[in-house]
Amino acid sequence: MSARVGVVVFPGTNCEHDTVTALERAGATGTLVWHTEQRLDGLDAVVLPGGFAHGDYLRPGAIARFSPVMAAVERFAAGGGPVLGICNGFQVLTEAGLLPGALVKNRGLRFVCAPACVRVDSTQSVLTGGVDEGRELAIPVNHFSGSYVCDDRTLAELRDTGRVVLRYVENPNGSVDDIAGVASRAGNVVGLMPHPERASDPLVGSDDGLPLLRALVGAAAGVRAA
Amino acid sequence: MKFAVRVEVRLRQGIADPEGATIERALPALGFDDVRGVTAGRSFRFELDADDEAAARGRAGELARRLLANPVIEDADVELRPLARTGERR
Repeated sequence: MSARVGVVVFPGTNCEHDTVTALERAGATGTLVWHTEQRLDGLDAVVLPGGFAHGDYLRPGAIARFSPVMAAVERFAAGGGPVLGICNGFQVLTEAGLLPGALVKNRGLRFVCAPACVRVDSTQSVLTGGVDEGRELAIPVNHFSGSYVCDDRTLAELRDTGRVVLRYVENPNGSVDDIAGVASRAGNVVGLMPHPERASDPLVGSDDGLPLLRALVGAAAGVRAA
Repeated sequence: MKFAVRVEVRLRQGIADPEGATIERALPALGFDDVRGVTAGRSFRFELDADDEAAARGRAGELARRLLANPVIEDADVELRPLARTGERR
């Protein structure tokens, strides 16, 4: 039986169906999880997809982190379950403290919606495990608050422990150290600003998101087998 | 007691403030070429019930830290004053 991946839907989320479709292309069974759910029973991985959870009021992710489902996501992550935040989902994970740092408005207050090239700089995560280090992937970005910031000590720790999993080849938003994606200490929680689900079919210009999603689905299958 | 609270949230030193920088760059065109150091932030106002001022300050500070500001990137200042009676204008 294929891995079951829950895709969380907050009011204002808008990438959930694309994400489910892409996860299914990567070999999983995708299922939508409404943000008031308090349990994640039967799921092998959880994805927080892109969009504008709770209207992005206050700050992106600031209200969503208090949605009931987030307590369950925290428990799931603490138990080693694979958790992926894409774009707005990444913002939610940093607001919730599941990933370090924060995402602030892009350099020059510029909204970016463009193809991007990211490089796999660490394979120590559920999103990049088994993907060749140094591989460059064409995956689009679409965000206003995607500039990653953290204090110097956190940055040094992220670098030294292989937790910067993806870097932009050309920095589109002013992120410190060209960071496009980071992982938790254990590598089971990952956030990235680019949208791998929008690069999951050659028809839309790239299927370079699939190796990442397959890695996630593989990690989820490992959870199922365990 | 009821307190009127104002929380001001602003980006911490060292965090780029493109909004403040953009406003500052626009000012000379309006003749304000004597203005420097513009920063942009937000302010929140609300009423709070508490036993005394220390308790109100504690609650408002907790709210500021947990929700209104993201301590990774922002600082928050809390100002408050007692309201004489319910319904007084803030």
